Amino acid sequence: MRSNPAEFEWAAPATLEEAVKVLAGDPDAWLPIAGGTDLMVQFAAGTLERRRFLNIWNLGELRRIDGFPGELQVGAGSTYTDLRENDIITREFPLLGRTASWTGGIANQNRGTLGGNVANASPAADSLPALMVYGADLILTSTRGDRRVRYEDFHTGYKRMNLAPDELIRTICLPRRFSGYISYARKIGTRKAQAIAKVCIAAVGRLAKDSTQLMLEDVRIAVGSVAPVPLRLRNAEQLLNRRPLDEARVELACKAAAAEIQPISDLRSTAKYRAQIVNNLVREFLDTLAARERER
Amino acid sequence: MKTSAQKREFSLNVNGVPRNIRAYPAERLLDVLRYLGLTGTKEGCGEGECGACSVLVDGRLVVSCLMPVAQAEGAKLLTIEGVTGNQRFRSLQETFAEGGGAQCGICTPGMILAGGHLLERNPAPTIEEIREALSGNLCRCTGYLQIFEAVAEAARRCAGT
Repeated sequence: MRSNPAEFEWAAPATLEEAVKVLAGDPDAWLPIAGGTDLMVQFAAGTLERRRFLNIWNLGELRRIDGFPGELQVGAGSTYTDLRENDIITREFPLLGRTASWTGGIANQNRGTLGGNVANASPAADSLPALMVYGADLILTSTRGDRRVRYEDFHTGYKRMNLAPDELIRTICLPRRFSGYISYARKIGTRKAQAIAKVCIAAVGRLAKDSTQLMLEDVRIAVGSVAPVPLRLRNAEQLLNRRPLDEARVELACKAAAAEIQPISDLRSTAKYRAQIVNNLVREFLDTLAARERER
Repeated sequence: MKTSAQKREFSLNVNGVPRNIRAYPAERLLDVLRYLGLTGTKEGCGEGECGACSVLVDGRLVVSCLMPVAQAEGAKLLTIEGVTGNQRFRSLQETFAEGGGAQCGICTPGMILAGGHLLERNPAPTIEEIREALSGNLCRCTGYLQIFEAVAEAARRCAGT
């Protein structure tokens, strides 16, 4: 049954500094809300445990994207639309723009935020594998100060994360070193928009021509919806990096990928299907790499 | 800073008219609009999947079922009732009506707003771009093709071709 709005307190701090102060006052009671695209669904279903919203939607400090020479800093309150409209993201982090484009529909992209996607910690989230392959860092903030953590280590279990109750995600930092990479992303779901992924994948890599063959370099692959957390496919990557791209290698890597995920059967798909699809997607990524190289 | 589960007054600008309404901060914008008598904004799924409750907030398409009214304070809201003064939206209304883009009508306000939101940014969209722009709006009657064609035709009319 839908929640009763009369039961929900609402704090509307004007600045980030004020927001973390409110949160620090009673960290386990407040529920930070940005675009509401996940929380308001739970509100509609009456499943929210907390009764105090801390509004961080549209806080200027969270909704900015700054390009520095070494890294791009994306404010956690940036919407999917902000990501899609940003030139640096389009040029240097295309996976982020592309995965944002199939998150929800346009209306949800105008409201849903990247920080919210991270904090909601759905293993099926479309944009999180992209953050993983780009080696993102997160800057977390609280009244105790800021700390910087590796995104890859952030999710510690299903909906569990390296985020203290009094902390907010402030910034997502992306190292600007992927411009020459070939990138690949795909969402497998009942449809692109709105539907939640059965499997999603984001990957980048480079091919270097040795004297006689194509060698794989810095291949980075991450998948969603096939484990309790978004998952980097380390075993498959290890089998590929600094190796020639040939059929035997592809076969090996696809098998490894399917073996290192922990898929479940749920209302969207089955574990068996998901494992097969991960195998197929890794193959499609490697085929894409080879095809792009031939085009050059 | 206010912290409250009490009703309080919110200033909204709805279709160009300043309105002061009393509501709980977490109340859905959708409900507030309908209490104001603006029942063109429909509730379909109530969980951001179907687009029937779409409105424009400061020119951006949002689903009002997922927006607490407190987040709309001070914003300029446009609902289906407020679109008549705009050429793009008038064309969309015409082409939807003429081309069978509306049948039962539940999805139509959201479709029109999503279509207008697209044409504002992209006056000559391809069918692929129209499909994407309307991908968050579900229709169970038309099969979509008449809707996509209505948006394409509205674009042509606005361009005067």
